Amino acid sequence: MSENQKQLVHTFSALAELGQEVANKNNFQDMIRTSLHLLLGSLAIMRGGIARYSRFGHELNFLAVRGLGDEFPLTAALGVEDEKEFLNSGMSDIELSQAKMLAFFHRYQKVLEHKNIEIIMPLIIRDELVGIIFLGEKATGEPYTSGDKEVVRAMCRHIGVGIHQRNIMIELERKADETLNLYEDMRLTYSDTVRAFAAAIDCKDKYTEGHSVRVGKYSEIIAGELGWSEDEKEGVAVAGYLHDVGKLTVDKNIINAPYRINAKQNAQLSKHPSVGYEILKPIHHPYTDVPLAAKYHHERIDGRGYPDGLFDREIPYIAKIVNLADSFDAMTTDRPYKRRRPANEVIEDMKRNSGRQFSPEIVKAFCGAMLNELTGTDKRKRFRRLLGAEYMEAEGIVPMLKNALNSVDKSPALTLVAMN
Amino acid sequence: MNIDIPVRNEGEIATVYASDYLNKISGEKIERECRRQIADGCSTLVVNFKDTEIVNSIGVSILLGVIDAASTAGTEIVFSDVSKDTGHLFEMLGLTNHVEMKDV
Repeated sequence: MSENQKQLVHTFSALAELGQEVANKNNFQDMIRTSLHLLLGSLAIMRGGIARYSRFGHELNFLAVRGLGDEFPLTAALGVEDEKEFLNSGMSDIELSQAKMLAFFHRYQKVLEHKNIEIIMPLIIRDELVGIIFLGEKATGEPYTSGDKEVVRAMCRHIGVGIHQRNIMIELERKADETLNLYEDMRLTYSDTVRAFAAAIDCKDKYTEGHSVRVGKYSEIIAGELGWSEDEKEGVAVAGYLHDVGKLTVDKNIINAPYRINAKQNAQLSKHPSVGYEILKPIHHPYTDVPLAAKYHHERIDGRGYPDGLFDREIPYIAKIVNLADSFDAMTTDRPYKRRRPANEVIEDMKRNSGRQFSPEIVKAFCGAMLNELTGTDKRKRFRRLLGAEYMEAEGIVPMLKNALNSVDKSPALTLVAMN
Repeated sequence: MNIDIPVRNEGEIATVYASDYLNKISGEKIERECRRQIADGCSTLVVNFKDTEIVNSIGVSILLGVIDAASTAGTEIVFSDVSKDTGHLFEMLGLTNHVEMKDV
């Protein structure tokens, strides 16, 4: 093989390796460093550097340098006029002698000449200046031939593509972050709106101020005990906050009645789940079952609920959770026609109605969460804050909860009869 | 001292064994070790190629970095036990203008 051929083999090997490096490398810094080695090593160029151009800051930032020393600036300003000149020159090498008309050259003349920089190669991809490569003298001491410059141009184009791809990735990542932030803002706005709704619902009913918020919190506690994800827990909480939105259309004299309401009034009140569903359905909730929780939160697993008399597996799970939370809050708060019931009675009621009104699994989860707090397994004082410490710490609650947990059956016979 | 790169010191002569690192980016540790030896004050730096089969463009660039560091420090640099093909490559690319070639 002649020397010329050997040179060509060496150079083309470098070019092939460079193409692979730019195409395959996941780590941008490694890719640039290796690319500079391949470029310099292909023609035994003593020193050089690859700089990325930032249009916003009008500056060059060196990504990799070899043999340029500590005094070579790692950041260099590049004016708009210089950018235009480089774009006009296209991807053609600019010899230092020709670069003298550039303001950039005058700014950095001393250091460029001191380091024997012989070629400046602008990297232009899709009519955009993405960077510049600086190359020093060859180890042979000979000037660059036209063949050498062709090799340099080909390799620089690969490196330019690598930088351009990296710029696109950075822009995509920035837009993804922006979208994520926007999404978070929208979530917060939705969350605030839901809470405002809940407050508006409860304002109508002076005896149950805070009811919707409490139902939301109890629902969230149950979902947490069932091992649901953070997103799912948030969805259940929202379902709890909004479950009684239909009551906004009910006459407040019926809601605030200090006596048991008659059948006609009851019929109006019983419409609130369906009305709530119609209000919530057109809204794009992040959690799909929120309207269903509003519609079915008065269904019972024994089919004796309303509005549709659904049986156990027909009722959306989220509605079963809100049902228990809603009933629990109704039993543990004062109403116009009755006082709150003692904790031991409420636990007994849940146990008795497990498999009839309530899903046993959900009763177990709720009682389990209460027991965990009372025994100190769970350090959070959620129930104490919602119900009051004195109420929660009444005598006999812990054994009652343990008893309820042991006796609640997951598969009540009633459901099997209903399915038959 | 980098435990991956074998080095032998005899007085003011430091010999760094290039092994088969001069065809990949990990070969930069050769340059680092050479620079360390130069900074420690060796008057002659020998890069031994007895176990080096291939030197590609990455390796050439790394060696140019070593040559540059030695030149700046005024350290004499020797390439030893270079294979015939590698020797031709170095001559073709002009590295032999900057280093002495010897067989040890």
